[in-house]
Amino acid sequence: MMRLKLHVWRQKSGGTQGSFADYDMTDVSADMSFLEMLDVLNEKLTADGSDPIAFDHDCREGICGACGMVVNGEPHGPRKATTTCQLHMRSFKDGDELWIEPWRAEAFPVIKDLVVDRSAFDRVIQAGGYISVRSGSAPEANSTLVPKLDADAAFDAAQCIGCGACVAACPNASAMLFVSAKVSHLGHLPQGQPERYARVRKMVAQMDAEGFGGCTNHKECEAACPKEISISHIARLNRDLLKAQLTAAEEKKVSESA
Amino acid sequence: MANTTAPSRDLRALPAAPGPLGLLDSTIGQKIVMATTGAILVGFVLFHFIGNALIFAGPEAINDYSHLLHHSHGLIWVARAVLLLAVVLHIATALRLTAKNASARPQPYKVKRDIATNYAARTMVWSGPILLGFLLYHLAHLTFGVTPGPYQHSPEDVYSNLVNGFSIPWVSGLYIVSMLSLGYHLFHGVWSMFQSLGINHSAYNPRIKHAAIGLALFITLGNISIPLSVLLGLVH
Repeated sequence: MMRLKLHVWRQKSGGTQGSFADYDMTDVSADMSFLEMLDVLNEKLTADGSDPIAFDHDCREGICGACGMVVNGEPHGPRKATTTCQLHMRSFKDGDELWIEPWRAEAFPVIKDLVVDRSAFDRVIQAGGYISVRSGSAPEANSTLVPKLDADAAFDAAQCIGCGACVAACPNASAMLFVSAKVSHLGHLPQGQPERYARVRKMVAQMDAEGFGGCTNHKECEAACPKEISISHIARLNRDLLKAQLTAAEEKKVSESA
Repeated sequence: MANTTAPSRDLRALPAAPGPLGLLDSTIGQKIVMATTGAILVGFVLFHFIGNALIFAGPEAINDYSHLLHHSHGLIWVARAVLLLAVVLHIATALRLTAKNASARPQPYKVKRDIATNYAARTMVWSGPILLGFLLYHLAHLTFGVTPGPYQHSPEDVYSNLVNGFSIPWVSGLYIVSMLSLGYHLFHGVWSMFQSLGINHSAYNPRIKHAAIGLALFITLGNISIPLSVLLGLVH
């Protein structure tokens, strides 16, 4: 059993001032997940009649993207390629002091405690992170061939769970890794081609309007990403935007009809 | 239900106008401006050093080179205009991006650990202004010859200007420190230039990285060797 000292960001609501509250945890099992450790603390807080710590979580198996907090300065904590829910207390030592903060970004306002509003990502997806297809019966599986390497590259990008750790890690709170993963995912596949260049312009415009910062190539996003999305997707996004802007005539038709 | 403070945002921000000018509306387009103007300036510092290295070939070589540049039938003014435009765009765009980046995280972290970034990348926003200050001093010193102090300027004799100028230890010191700043700026800038322009490929990435390090070292050490050689009396 471990003893831990926690400093947790507490903030009643978006409009109010927040501050750190200190909690001493006495019997933390190394087998607990990080969120289970917070569950234990919350049960105690509830029993004591105080407000439990609010944090986002859903699947708790590292695939939904709901959870996420900055632990000792690292989004999702110290373990590489691991979401907060898949982080276990064996990654910490007895007597450790942990600073737990929400994602900090203008585009991700705090709702309560460690919960931030990530709907900026939803609006970026709404702007162009889709393909337009006729719904109805599924097409024959082999009618559109996808080269293996393209399928792999698309899948690498499609692993993005939209958790926002890239924004949290970036010194500029930039959303470039997220946006590039979505653009790359669809742009590598034949189904994504018709809207490819209109998509990148729309998504980048929405990204900038949401108040995210720009990319200064620190690579902090790549290091923090629980799915290890590569910054090579950011380069691809830059290429696609450059081409989209410079091939205006061909591209104009698409954007007008979309 | 907790109320959020999310400012009202356009649900569908309009894409930038098509064409190269529309690029300036996006952070990515602004990075492309940083990269292209940066490429011009990297090209300049490289050729500037190679030209200045003629000091090691003696007074005649470097003075002839200077004469050639100044009697280039106006070509030098074309080069100066391009460089001035590149510097102005580089700085203006940097200011614009830095302001946006600063407003993207109004509340800083209490604890933040850097994992992947490096000293050069973190200090671009400082090495940039240092280089601007140096550039102004350098122009006043060796181009216009208007800096105060014991230095004697002669527009026709570049060799003597360099030797006279760099014989003063604090002047040489200023140049050497500024060149270290240039080295850091180039180290992050050259690599960044490729990434911002979308030139990233697993087959070429190691070469790009090595080229960035090599170019930064070559230009920095090369430039430092000039004031250092004068200070050490190797060039007199």
